[in-house]
Amino acid sequence: MSKMNSGEDPPAIEARGLVKAYGEKRALDGIDLTIRRGQVFGFLGPNGAGKTTTIRILATLTRPSGGTVRVLGHDVLTEADAIRARVAVTGQFASLDEDLTGYENLLILGRLQGLSRAECRQRADALLAAFDLTGAAGRPVGGYSGGMRRRLDIGASLIVTPDLLFLDEPTTGLDPRSRNQVWELVRRVAAAGTTVLLTTQYLEEADQLAEQIAVIDNGRIVAEGTSAQLKSRVGSGTLHIRLLDGEQRPQALQILAGALEGTVQLAADPLSLSLMLATRPDATDTGRLVGRAMTQLAEAGVGIADLSMGQPSLDEAFLALTGHRSGPATDEHEELKA
Amino acid sequence: MSSPAVSTRPAAAEDPIDALLAAGRLRRRAGALTASAAFGRRAMLKLKHDPKQLVDSSAIPILFTVLFTYLFGGAISGSTAEYLKVLLPGVLSMSIAIVTMYGGGRLAQDVRSGAFDRFRGMPVWRGAFVLGGLLSDVARYLFASAIVVVLGLVMGYRPDGGVLGVLAAVALVIAFGLALSLVWAAVALAVRDPAVVISIANAVLMPLSFASNIFVQPSTMPGWLQAFVDVNPLSHVASAARDLMNDTGGAGGAVAWSLIATAVIALVCGPITLRLYSKQG
Ligand SMILES: Nc1ncnc2c1ncn2[C@@H]1O[C@H](COP(=O)(O)OP(=O)(O)O)[C@@H](O)[C@H]1O
Ligand SMILES: [Mg+2]
Repeated sequence: MSKMNSGEDPPAIEARGLVKAYGEKRALDGIDLTIRRGQVFGFLGPNGAGKTTTIRILATLTRPSGGTVRVLGHDVLTEADAIRARVAVTGQFASLDEDLTGYENLLILGRLQGLSRAECRQRADALLAAFDLTGAAGRPVGGYSGGMRRRLDIGASLIVTPDLLFLDEPTTGLDPRSRNQVWELVRRVAAAGTTVLLTTQYLEEADQLAEQIAVIDNGRIVAEGTSAQLKSRVGSGTLHIRLLDGEQRPQALQILAGALEGTVQLAADPLSLSLMLATRPDATDTGRLVGRAMTQLAEAGVGIADLSMGQPSLDEAFLALTGHRSGPATDEHEELKA
Repeated sequence: MSSPAVSTRPAAAEDPIDALLAAGRLRRRAGALTASAAFGRRAMLKLKHDPKQLVDSSAIPILFTVLFTYLFGGAISGSTAEYLKVLLPGVLSMSIAIVTMYGGGRLAQDVRSGAFDRFRGMPVWRGAFVLGGLLSDVARYLFASAIVVVLGLVMGYRPDGGVLGVLAAVALVIAFGLALSLVWAAVALAVRDPAVVISIANAVLMPLSFASNIFVQPSTMPGWLQAFVDVNPLSHVASAARDLMNDTGGAGGAVAWSLIATAVIALVCGPITLRLYSKQG
């Protein structure tokens, strides 16, 4: 049924006017989405934006209320089994059996995927080894750390290498080391030819992994493009300044606002401020303007400890595109660092 | 193979993950039986790792058998041995009926944890998950039945139906239990909360157990209650178990009624459970 006709493969995902209503509430409010085969596609949005709902519909776990959705060329409503045979989902919350060992979890899933007993054993051993879980293979998953669980959960989705892998917030709540391990895994899976749709609240994560990003907010896609394209929609860059003396911040702010076009933001750190510069056609012009602003600051006696000019972060992009901060993401990042 | 010249990566460059992903593209479908067996195995493994689960299946039979024998035994039939002939098959039926509700609780737990979604997203026959659960339920019910029968024998019960009679009664009671567990499976998939499933099951099973012929002769009851006892399937199952274990009544009407009740419950709830299983929220 699901043989590959490499000539004209349909897109991995094709959604038109996708709507999901829960009573009055529209969790998804007209999503249009096309994801090419072989891409890592990032679905970026704050809590409650509709990321999980989208994934559940694409993985045939939830029925859409409206619109058409085709996954790997199959309709989600009428050809669910054909889709299920070729996709795997690693949900936002671990779906493993806590009382079973890591090895047993994989064995059972292997049998359900149609592998023979011997193939299951061999595959489970190989997955556990590759994911650095051999030592924990015989222990119940209930005793695993968050990072180990996440790796096993992703491993469970690779018992049979899927053509399309959904990862719902794969690194939420992980420490930086585990997060990097998961990132590396995602890159490997993509390099092996599997299309990956990953959702995230972390702007940095989408930037790191995804070739194409859709920003979702309140059930609508508010922006789509490569990370560079999204950044360019926001402005030409951001100027970060750290002062020697916090008392001088209002003064600095006034001077910068007068000399440069853009939005000034005051950081939580009382010494810092940043300025998102409005898009300018050529970069030398921006450089000249910034240089002039610096001269004015120096003339006014404002001491500068640190100065940097960078591409806007996706955080800033999100603010500009949706009109509000991607709150939860920033919070959790702080927690991770702490 | 590779020259040691300017490689920044170690020689074993064929990464295990890459090799794994490349090798894992074979795709086959698990048959309905294989899938059911896998789910049954899963349930048995869960039991093995958490044997406390068996407490559900043993505490109730032990408690009921001992408590009711000594509490009512003397008062009702004069001697414990006589009363056991009436009581023990009834307690067997009731114990299994009550133990069935924990299966529903476990299913609701799976729905909660996300395990259910992982399974539902796989291309396996949709009945396999429920059927696999039933396979492990059989093991639990056998365990509970053994406890009741052995306790009865210890307390002085002598089944006139012999080994075959006892086995036939146990088989009948377990069949009824499996039908009941389909009811709780449907409830579990509908309400998705283990505590609620247990409450609902209790609210149904307690009246069925006590407004039955298990403990008391219906002839001593008011008319409206007698009418209920007569249609209560658990009364029929208890009567059938008595007939089979004590070799009385020619194993006729009660057995037939029990089997009919079992079949009706299973035929109504089986399809409902399957529907709820594949219903996409
Ligand atoms: N089963 C449900 N019933 C009612 N509302 C729901 C249900 N699932 C999700 N929602 C609502 O839909 C919106 C999107 O949720 P979700 O897709 O989980 O967001 P995200 O994964 O981006 O955090 C939220 O407002 C959420 O409350
Ligand atoms: Mg979510």
